[in-house]
Amino acid sequence: MPENPAGALLQVADLVVDLPGGKSDLRVVDGVSFDVPAGTTVGLIGESGSGKTMTALAIIGLLPGGAATGGQVVWRGEDLLHAGPTRRRRVRGHEISMIFQDPLAALNPTQRIGRQVGEILRRDGVPRGEAGRRVVELLDRAGVPDPVRRAREYPHQFSGGMRQRAMIALALAGRPSLLLADEPTTALDVTVQARILRLLRSIQERDGLAMLLVSHDLRVVAHVAGQVVVMYAGRVAERGPARQVLDRPAHPYTRALVRSVPAVRTRTALAHPLPGAPATPANRPAGCPFHPRCPLARERCRLEVPAIREVGPDRWSACHFAEEVLP
Amino acid sequence: MTRMIMRRLLIGVFVMWGAASLIFVIVRAAPGDPASVLLGPDASREQVARLNASLGLDRPLLVQYVGYLGDVVRLDFGESHRLARPAMGAVFERLPATLELTLAATALAVIVGLTLGLVAGGRPDGIVDRVVSATTVALQSFPTFWVGIMLILLFALGLRLLPSAGVGTPAHMVLPAVTLSLPFTAIVARLTRSSVVEAMREPYVTTARSKGLTETQVLLGHALRNSLIPVVTIVGLQMGALMGGAVIVENVFAWPGLGSLIVDAVANRDYAVVQAATLLIAGVVMVLNLVADLLYTRLDPRIRMDGGS
Ligand SMILES: Nc1ncnc2c1ncn2[C@@H]1O[C@H](COP(=O)(O)OP(=O)(O)O)[C@@H](O)[C@H]1O
Ligand code: SF4
Ligand SMILES: [Mg+2]
Repeated sequence: MPENPAGALLQVADLVVDLPGGKSDLRVVDGVSFDVPAGTTVGLIGESGSGKTMTALAIIGLLPGGAATGGQVVWRGEDLLHAGPTRRRRVRGHEISMIFQDPLAALNPTQRIGRQVGEILRRDGVPRGEAGRRVVELLDRAGVPDPVRRAREYPHQFSGGMRQRAMIALALAGRPSLLLADEPTTALDVTVQARILRLLRSIQERDGLAMLLVSHDLRVVAHVAGQVVVMYAGRVAERGPARQVLDRPAHPYTRALVRSVPAVRTRTALAHPLPGAPATPANRPAGCPFHPRCPLARERCRLEVPAIREVGPDRWSACHFAEEVLP
Repeated sequence: MTRMIMRRLLIGVFVMWGAASLIFVIVRAAPGDPASVLLGPDASREQVARLNASLGLDRPLLVQYVGYLGDVVRLDFGESHRLARPAMGAVFERLPATLELTLAATALAVIVGLTLGLVAGGRPDGIVDRVVSATTVALQSFPTFWVGIMLILLFALGLRLLPSAGVGTPAHMVLPAVTLSLPFTAIVARLTRSSVVEAMREPYVTTARSKGLTETQVLLGHALRNSLIPVVTIVGLQMGALMGGAVIVENVFAWPGLGSLIVDAVANRDYAVVQAATLLIAGVVMVLNLVADLLYTRLDPRIRMDGGS
């Protein structure tokens, strides 16, 4: 299934995540596969509730208690889902890091920024003075002005954008090779969003970092990602090179998503909001989960779950009629 | 910060006034009066009336009240007619013993309660958690004096390990301090448990885990301090209740503190001593609450900033 196993730093293969629900377990991630080659950015998009966060948490091993997983998360050739807890813990922060949607909640309110950013260094045995210097350097590289002073401040003294910068510094402290960025700009002002995205992109390019950029916002992903994975109701609807997927979608859901955003396609001036409500893992429609909202839906869609298949060079779609969508 | 302290002291003055007024009314509303207790059942009406008059108790209540408040403001807490000495002097003499007991019980409760709560909350529904939950529910429902008597029966009379009453050696302190601390330990353990469980669900704990910390490092480095915030508040608030509990425990164990003095004074309608002791306890509780508040602001930097410095 993975297209280029040699180059892929991370290979997610048939990932399944079950969360304990009311009566039975909820399959919130259902057979998700994609690769993240070293030094590249992959965008993970989909409406809220489509399983993006759970996918990222499964990769870093921080799923909520009681969650069960299936499939594989192959990291540098090693399946992390079957690795021991100590190995998983060592990967976190040092090889794979994560930043979150709400940087205020993600930072400890009772600790100074500098201490939080430098904690991983101190735990690794870096002496206090050296760790302090590295923290200042990390904050500076993350674009926090006056880092010596600000390292001594608390999260509530930072603005939203500065908090996310501090969070980025924290995530980079352990020199990871992969950064999972879960809606890193969703909670921020529009002007700040663009700056944080630019920062992530420049860090990613400079350090040769790989990044999984999770967002419900197509525009965010379009700016930064090389490849995109489009999720719907816990499954992959489509994946491929970002430009191609957004310009010529191979899945009706992607097409609807693109049309719902005015700025992505300059040709359409008006946005066409998606009709209907997104399917949830709790009541996922039979057959193709998108069929109640799909303009192309027909009998087969209601009966048969579409398997993901290659519909063009490096283009993958989970639609029975992808060829009709592709122009 | 200073503004906060000033505000709290001002509120404290009102609390003290309230406490003084309440106890003033209560001691006088209770049946019996000092003179008839002092003179015994054989005294004539005239004798009782004369003594009450010489104690100033024949004046209208309002006049007595205003006079009393005036005295208190001048730090004159009246004479104990029974002990024939200034009431506050007698009370102060007993304060160290009560404080010693209260502080020992608090230290025990905080150390044991925090530890149990941390271990239980670190692994909710684990074995430790279940045992701690069951024990703390039980502890909170037993009356203090009953627990005290049970401990005496077991450790003093049964096993003969510890003295059952009195003072002198540190061993004398063990049973009263443990008795006094048990319900408080239960409160601290339960509160710590629930705030640790809550803190462990916070997003910043996920961040801490994403740094590759062990669960113990996450618990002690991130969840503990944030769970301490509500615990410190409760400890401060419960100190008052604890001093109240000390009154009972002191009587069970013949501990020569404020408790036994107050019980004696109430039995003998020694108004001045009851009033002085009440005011002193209210004052001590107020200071302890203030200390808890200051500690609380130390723990939570968000509050530290708001009050100005
Ligand atoms: N702690 C949880 N327990 C049960 N279900 C959850 C929990 N967290 C999320 N879910 C469900 O899992 C699904 C996927 O959630 P998530 O991965 O957060 O979606 P996204 O990040 O794409 O918005 C959602 O339908 C959500 O309702
Ligand atoms: S499989 Fe059918 S319902 Fe699903 S997206 Fe394709 S056409 Fe629409
Ligand atoms: Mg999410």
